[in-house]
Amino acid sequence: MIHLSHVSKSYKTSTRPALDDVSLDVEKGEFSFLIGPSGSGKSTFLRMLLREESPSKGEIVVAGHNLGKMRRSKVPAHRRSLGCVFQDFRLLQNKTVDQNIAFALEVIGRPRSVIKKVVPEVLDLVGLEGKANRMPHELSGGEQQRVAIARAFVNRPLLLLADEPTGNLDPDTSGDIMLLLERINRTGTTVLMATHDNNIVDSMRRRVIELQLGKIVRDESRGVYGVGR
Amino acid sequence: MRAGYVFSEVATGLRRNVTMTIAMILTTGISLGLLGLGLLIVKMTDDTKAIYGDKVEILIYLTADQSKEDPNCLQPLCSGLLTELQANPEISEVYFESQEQAYERYKKQFANQPAMLEIATADALQASFHIKLYDPQRFEVITQQYGDRQGVGSIQDQAAFLERLFVVLNGMRNATIILAVIQAAAAFLLISNMVQIAAYTRRTETEIMRLVGASRWRTQLPFLIEAVVAGLIGAAIAVGGLFAVKTFVLDRTLGALFRSGILPAVSTADLVTVAPILGGAGAVLAAVSAYVTLRLYVRI
Ligand SMILES: Nc1ncnc2c1ncn2[C@@H]1O[C@H](COP(=O)(O)OP(=O)(O)OP(=O)(O)O)[C@@H](O)[C@H]1O
Ligand SMILES: [Mg+2]
Repeated sequence: MIHLSHVSKSYKTSTRPALDDVSLDVEKGEFSFLIGPSGSGKSTFLRMLLREESPSKGEIVVAGHNLGKMRRSKVPAHRRSLGCVFQDFRLLQNKTVDQNIAFALEVIGRPRSVIKKVVPEVLDLVGLEGKANRMPHELSGGEQQRVAIARAFVNRPLLLLADEPTGNLDPDTSGDIMLLLERINRTGTTVLMATHDNNIVDSMRRRVIELQLGKIVRDESRGVYGVGR
Repeated sequence: MRAGYVFSEVATGLRRNVTMTIAMILTTGISLGLLGLGLLIVKMTDDTKAIYGDKVEILIYLTADQSKEDPNCLQPLCSGLLTELQANPEISEVYFESQEQAYERYKKQFANQPAMLEIATADALQASFHIKLYDPQRFEVITQQYGDRQGVGSIQDQAAFLERLFVVLNGMRNATIILAVIQAAAAFLLISNMVQIAAYTRRTETEIMRLVGASRWRTQLPFLIEAVVAGLIGAAIAVGGLFAVKTFVLDRTLGALFRSGILPAVSTADLVTVAPILGGAGAVLAAVSAYVTLRLYVRI
C-alpha cells in the first residue's frame, strides 16, 4: 500500500532534513502508528504521502502510484483515494454536519443522488445519527473529530492518514475515536496514524514506527510507545 | 458540478468583502467607460468622415452687397469670376450658389429646428462659389488668387475645419484610451487584491478541497466567476455611464448639431454596439487578473 525507499526531505528554510533516508513498507489493511518526539518528521511523512510535499530524494509509491512521477493534474485523483484527518478537525464552521460531508463530495463532482444516500450512511457509521443538522460549534471535540473521520471515510479510501487525531481530546473520547478507527480498519482500509499518545499505542498493540530526527529508529509489529517515557 | 452550488459560493464571496468589491467594480467601470468613450469617438470620427467624405469644399463667399445686387451671377464681375474659376487648372469642380439657394439648403438642414429657421432670412446669407480642388491641400492657392478680389467676402476651407476637428477628436480618443489603460491597470491590481482576500477568507474551504482531491479547476472556479461577475457589473456601470453622458451631456449641448447633420450623433445603437465589447473586455480583464493571481499567490 505504501512503499518508501531512501526518502529524504529537506525544507529550504531548515538546516537539518525533516526526513533522512527513510525506507519503509506498509501492507494493505495494516494499522500502524507513527510515533516520535515533536519535530521528528511525522507530519512531514504524512504530507508526502498526500503529495502535499515532494521528497528531496528517494521514491514514494502509494497504492501503486509513484508519486515522484505523478503529473500535477493527477494529484487530485490520487488524493481522492486517500482520506485524512487532523488534530484540528478542519470543519467548515458555517456548514452543518451533513453539509460538511456533502461539501467534500460536491467538490469532487459526486452526483446529488449519491450524496443524499451516502451522507446519512457514513454518519450512522461514525455514530452521529441524529446530529446531521448541528453546526460544528454545537458538537463536542470528539463529535467534531467523528465528522472529520466521516468526511475522510465517505469515499471508502484505500488508505486513511491521521495526524494526531486524538491530540485535542480527553482519554475517554480518544478511546472512542480509536475504536472508530479500528472499525474502519476492519473494513479493509489501511490506517496510518501519527500520535504522541502512549496510552493509545500501548493499549492497541499494533505496528509502531518510531522516528527520531527524521530517521526510523524502531519498527515493531506489535509494539508499545516506548520504555522510559 | 452543480452551477447553483458554485453560484451561491460566488454570491457569498462578493458579499464578504463589500468595500473592496465596490472599489474594484467602480474602477473597472471607470476604465471600461473611458474605453467605451474612446470607441465612440472613433465611431464619431469615422461618421464625420462619411458625412463629409468627398463633399469637402472650399467656399468663396461673396460680400453681402454683391450677393444682393447680382443674385443670379449674371453681371460681369460675378460671371467673370465664375469663368476664371472654371478655367483654373487647380480646380476640378465649381458651381455658384445664390442667396436664395443657400437659404433653401439652410431650411432643409435645420428643417426640424424652428428656432434656427426663425433667426435666418435669405438676406442674412451670402451667395458663394462651391469649389473642389484636384489636390485639397492646395487651399492656399485659392486664398492667394481670390482673397483680395472685388466682391469676395471670405474664403472658407471645410477641409481645414475638418482637419482641426479630427485633430481634436483623435486627441480626445488617445487621451481617453490612455486613461482607460491606466484605470485598467488599477482595476487589474484591485481584482488581484480581491481574489487574494477571497482566497484568504476561504482558505479552510480551499484547504479541504485540496485534501479531498477537488481538481484545481474546481477549486479556482468560484474565484474566477466571482471576479468575472464583478467585471461584468463594472461593464454594466460603464454602459450606464455612457448612456447618461449621451443623454444628459452630448444630446443637450450638441443636439442642434446632431439633428442638423453637421456632426454625427451618438446613437443608442452605437451604445448597444459598444456594450458587448465592454462586457467582454471587463470579463477578460477580471478573468486574466484572477487567473494570474491564483497561479502566483494561492496554493491550490
Ligand atoms: N513547512 C515547513 N518549512 C520548513 N520546515 C518545516 C516545515 N514543516 C516542518 N518543518 C520542520 O521539519 C521538521 C519536522 O516537522 P514535522 O512537522 O514533520 O514534525 P512532527 O513530527 O509532525 O512534529 P509534531 O509532533 O510537533 O507535530 C521540524 O524540524 C520542522 O521544524
Ligand atoms: Mg505534526
